[in-house]
Amino acid sequence: MAKRIDISGLSAYYGNHKAIDDISMTVEPRSVTAFIGPSGCGKSTFLRTLNRMHEVTPGGRVEGKVLLDDENLYGKDVDPVAVRRTVGMVFQRPNPFPTMSIFDNVAAGLRLNHSYKKNKLAEVVEKSLRGANLWNEVKDRLNKPGSGLSGGQQQRLCIARAIAVEPQVLLMDEPCSALDPISTLAIEDLIGELKERFTIVIVTHNMQQAARVSDRTAFFNLAAIGQPGKLVEIDDTERIFSNPSVQATEDYISGRFG
Amino acid sequence: MDIATQTTSPSPPSSGPETTLASKGSSHAGDRVFLALSRGSGITLLVIMAAIAAFLTYRTGLAVSKDEANFLTSSEWNPAGDPPVFGIAVLLFGTIVSSIIAMAIAVPVAIGIALFISHYAPRRLATPLAYIVDLLAAVPSIIFGLWGAVFLVPYLDGLNQWLDTYLGWTYIFDKTSDGVARNLFTVGILLAIMILPIVTNVTREVFLQSPKMHEEAALALGATRWEVMRMSVLPFGRSGIISASMLGLGRALGETMAVAVVLSPSFIISGRLLDPGGGTFAQNIAAKFNEADEFGRDALIASGLVLFVITLLVNGAARWIIGRRKEYSGANA
Amino acid sequence: MNQTSQVMDKRPVSPTLHASLVHARLPRWAPAAIAAGSVAAGIGIGLAAGWHSRVQWGMLAALIFVVATFTITTKVEGSRQGKDRVATSVVWVCFILALVPLLSLAWVTISKGIKVIDGYFLSHSMSGLLDTDEGGGIYHALLGTLEQVGIATLIAAPIGLLTAVYLVEYGRGRLARTVTFFVDVMTGIPSIVAGLFILATWNLMLGFGPSGFAGALALSILMMPVVVRSTEEMLKLVPNELREASLALGVPKWRTILKVVLPTAIGGITTGVMLAVARITGETAPVLLLVFGTKLINPNPFEGAQSSLPLYVYEQYIVGTEASVDRAWGAALVLIAFVMILNLVARGIARWKAPSTGR
Repeated sequence: MAKRIDISGLSAYYGNHKAIDDISMTVEPRSVTAFIGPSGCGKSTFLRTLNRMHEVTPGGRVEGKVLLDDENLYGKDVDPVAVRRTVGMVFQRPNPFPTMSIFDNVAAGLRLNHSYKKNKLAEVVEKSLRGANLWNEVKDRLNKPGSGLSGGQQQRLCIARAIAVEPQVLLMDEPCSALDPISTLAIEDLIGELKERFTIVIVTHNMQQAARVSDRTAFFNLAAIGQPGKLVEIDDTERIFSNPSVQATEDYISGRFG
Repeated sequence: MDIATQTTSPSPPSSGPETTLASKGSSHAGDRVFLALSRGSGITLLVIMAAIAAFLTYRTGLAVSKDEANFLTSSEWNPAGDPPVFGIAVLLFGTIVSSIIAMAIAVPVAIGIALFISHYAPRRLATPLAYIVDLLAAVPSIIFGLWGAVFLVPYLDGLNQWLDTYLGWTYIFDKTSDGVARNLFTVGILLAIMILPIVTNVTREVFLQSPKMHEEAALALGATRWEVMRMSVLPFGRSGIISASMLGLGRALGETMAVAVVLSPSFIISGRLLDPGGGTFAQNIAAKFNEADEFGRDALIASGLVLFVITLLVNGAARWIIGRRKEYSGANA
Repeated sequence: MNQTSQVMDKRPVSPTLHASLVHARLPRWAPAAIAAGSVAAGIGIGLAAGWHSRVQWGMLAALIFVVATFTITTKVEGSRQGKDRVATSVVWVCFILALVPLLSLAWVTISKGIKVIDGYFLSHSMSGLLDTDEGGGIYHALLGTLEQVGIATLIAAPIGLLTAVYLVEYGRGRLARTVTFFVDVMTGIPSIVAGLFILATWNLMLGFGPSGFAGALALSILMMPVVVRSTEEMLKLVPNELREASLALGVPKWRTILKVVLPTAIGGITTGVMLAVARITGETAPVLLLVFGTKLINPNPFEGAQSSLPLYVYEQYIVGTEASVDRAWGAALVLIAFVMILNLVARGIARWKAPSTGR
């Protein structure tokens, strides 16, 4: 299921502005990789290049390679729609479709490929909701609108929606930044379970969170405002937080800037 | 006054009389006057609305009480006759049919253009385009009428012939007279063109407000562009589409001059849309007004009241639909 | 680079991935090619079948375009992509279909009108001419329109503005809700009904004859709700902090509204009023009922029939001779130019005065 991601020489632009510069790294399968760094260092932009969501932004443009196992996401003839089906994403703010019920939200991605029978669909929805630790809370109100749930539940609904289509990789863009501590804990537990099945990449502002959930951590930085962001280093989380090889990482982690 | 002075007494004596709380008396008066003025304006609006309803109803009463035919079902219009007979059946039919044709054409096309401007067109094209559509919404209806009569009618002749030849069996496209295309079908098309800009504008505004995060959610699930529209933009915009359509329908129902210029009217109800004839409320009022005596004008006012009630119902329906939809569209998300 | 080659070595591990990420896609020029083919087919079939109406050619071409896009894409790319492409092509077709009549309208009005308009046309009335004669002008209609619209604005703008102030600044409770509701109702009044109302009261009940003023009354009824709505929108955009700051300084509410709220929103309010003026300028139906029309210059809006531009267009078209239809186009162009200039200026003001504090 889970795939390895190899990124080489990747730069992303907004119009003429270069947001990230020449990033190369490897993301291991069945692990959690956290991206940390100060605001504006391009970590979210970088994340969005991994499922070709960056080019959706007006003026968004990408150079370089992203290999999913052995296939370049930016190769000729690659369909971005197929890429996004293979690489799922969870956003900063919970964004269940407001006009759909809880059930329909989870089924939304499945229905796109309309090869599902009704009871099969219900089965997958239940499995996904269980996978997102949400089933027990919503099983009696599957037909209620998803927007009626609490913020933490909404975010887990979004995770259920994302994993329902069985992606290879799950990208999470600060998934807990809009949530309270208890909901955050629930999501972090969930991430720990999901990494058995998916390759997970998570952007976070919260260094404790990175330390708690991730196996590897990448630190991004930018030379100055308006300069493109760069990858400073990527290593095992333990090492990054105890004995990083670059001084800037240590400064950032110990709270000396950022 | 006394109390007020006492309250301020602890403050330094240097503070002038203007700064005492007592001086607020005059500004309270100012507030009262201003409130009265603005509330009065609001009430004026209500009075006007009430007066419109009352006077139209009163004159309608005068006319209908002397009507020797059934006002609702008769398809004659001869208030000057002896006995006076007039009824709105033809007008009701013509108004509704032409508006339905207009809506059937304009609403889908308007949604298409709105999507084009809001989501499909390259940005460099979208901005000027939105501007042009905005301006077109301001073109006076008489000019649409003039253009329709001089240009559209001859161009539609061929289409009419073709529809007659191939779809004549449907009855509605059966053309039995040779006249030019001054019929309800042409009126419907012209009305569609006329309401297109306004429906497009409102719809586009709503589509532009569709939350980016829901569009991205759909994209991230691997949706194609059209599926993004289906999953997030169109459901979000549904109540906006409905209110835009109703706005357009209101315009189409009440449109006077364009219909008056294009239609060649007659007091016959015919389902054959390609034959000249029929009429609408507004067109009939404009056409019959000059030759009507006072009683004839009352009869026209009576038909105007029916038009008024219909537009009220349409607007009310729109509001009701939007209100019902609101709960489920989740404004909190 | 090293890593990349390492990965390359593993190629056979996931043979299924190719199927999921890459599928056959149409080349980028395909839509253009299909469009060109459809237009050619539309013209070809149209010519062959001997249809003389180009409306049919266009509609046939559009139909072929959509159907061909669907079949070809579904064959090559699959049904989901097929639907997506069809949606895209339908959206494009909608846009082009709609553009054709609207551009034609603009083109016809300008090209026909420009031939007629000259100094004489603008500065003379139809006095002493038969409708079928050549010559004559629109001066009396222009004058009538300006007076009627001016009076209507003088009535409607203050009432509309104050009502909006009431709704936004004071309005709570039942009266405000009722007013809001009836403003909505009023927005939907057909212009001919507004005309009939003034006819029923001013003319039939109070016994006045047709006059520019009667027309202006009807126009003001049409204008009021538009002014209320747009002013309301603008006042709501004024940030509450401004009001609170002023009230906290001890400025009474009415002065806060006059000195802080209204000046902040003045750009948008002006735009709204101008757009409303533009809208009523083109109204024909109430003018037809109430102003009646005349060939003579009547500068007094309170006494006797006047003319107006939209009414003039209608009358001249109805006469139906070549000279009169030409005059109708000339007046139409003047009318449309007037309305468009109002619109452009209004939008210019809106952009120029856009509150920087707004969202």
